[in-house]
Amino acid sequence: MEILSDRDKNIIKVLQEDFPLCEEPYKILAERVGISEEEFLRRVRELVDEKKIRKMGAVLRHREVGFKANALCAWNVSPDKLDDVAQTMSSNAAVSHCYDRTPAPNWNYNLYTMIHAKTRDECEKIIGELSQSTGVTDYKILYTKKEWKKTGMKYFCEQA
Amino acid sequence: MTTLSTFDKALLNLLQSDIPICSHPFAEMANRLGTDENTVINRLRELKAAGYLRRIGTFFDSNRLGYRGTLIALKVEPSEINSVAEAVNRYPGATHNYEREGLYNLWFTLLTPDAECESNILAEIRALRGVEDMLKLKANKKYKINVQFKLQ
Repeated sequence: MEILSDRDKNIIKVLQEDFPLCEEPYKILAERVGISEEEFLRRVRELVDEKKIRKMGAVLRHREVGFKANALCAWNVSPDKLDDVAQTMSSNAAVSHCYDRTPAPNWNYNLYTMIHAKTRDECEKIIGELSQSTGVTDYKILYTKKEWKKTGMKYFCEQA
Repeated sequence: MTTLSTFDKALLNLLQSDIPICSHPFAEMANRLGTDENTVINRLRELKAAGYLRRIGTFFDSNRLGYRGTLIALKVEPSEINSVAEAVNRYPGATHNYEREGLYNLWFTLLTPDAECESNILAEIRALRGVEDMLKLKANKKYKINVQFKLQ
């Protein structure tokens, strides 16, 4: 992987801060880095093209907008079917995250999905459908009991 | 909490997926919504103040920035869960930390710049009082990351 320049790291650092809600937000961010707005915008577009930036946008507080039942579902999928199963699960709109993970000793679950629904019943219905459509029957539903932390990562601030 | 109007829902749906990368991004969003720049900015400030927005800005691909991501499950003695959860929260790389139902009752994601940094942090956490077992589930392929809630 190529090394990011100091300028890139500085751009990434300011992009991690709260996005200014004003007429020219990128100009404000560019000023913090000490470069022109034009250069800043060009580099942001490049970071999107390089897929280092996934999106410019927002994440809502899902409980406030009505999605109160949230579960992590861990699936035990046979390795030869993993890719197909993951694609099928990803295509469901209720699934926000779908990752393949290396399992651990005594814990054979290798596919992880986050599922968001308005109620627990709805959540279980979605999981039942995912199980049926993929044929994966060994799974664990891990409901959220308490959110202790949910933040964005602060990249390149380890030594700060 | 304010109720969301039809306009709010359209605004939030647009905001979730795509803030334009240009000099006046909110003017461009306003254009698509059939309103003006100031209306968009003012309403977003209000919705943010009312707590609807968890985060607004840039979402990075941690792998492509050189970070590794691991999901950790801890089996914690119930009487110690608060102190362990708070200790985990203090690591900046622990970005999501949830108490969950089941034998493994505390689950968190850990982002670190390299394997050595990860194993140092995990050794510290494994040694906390009340931590009885730990599963390390390294992320391989990310098939989907798309936290969007379509408001209707």
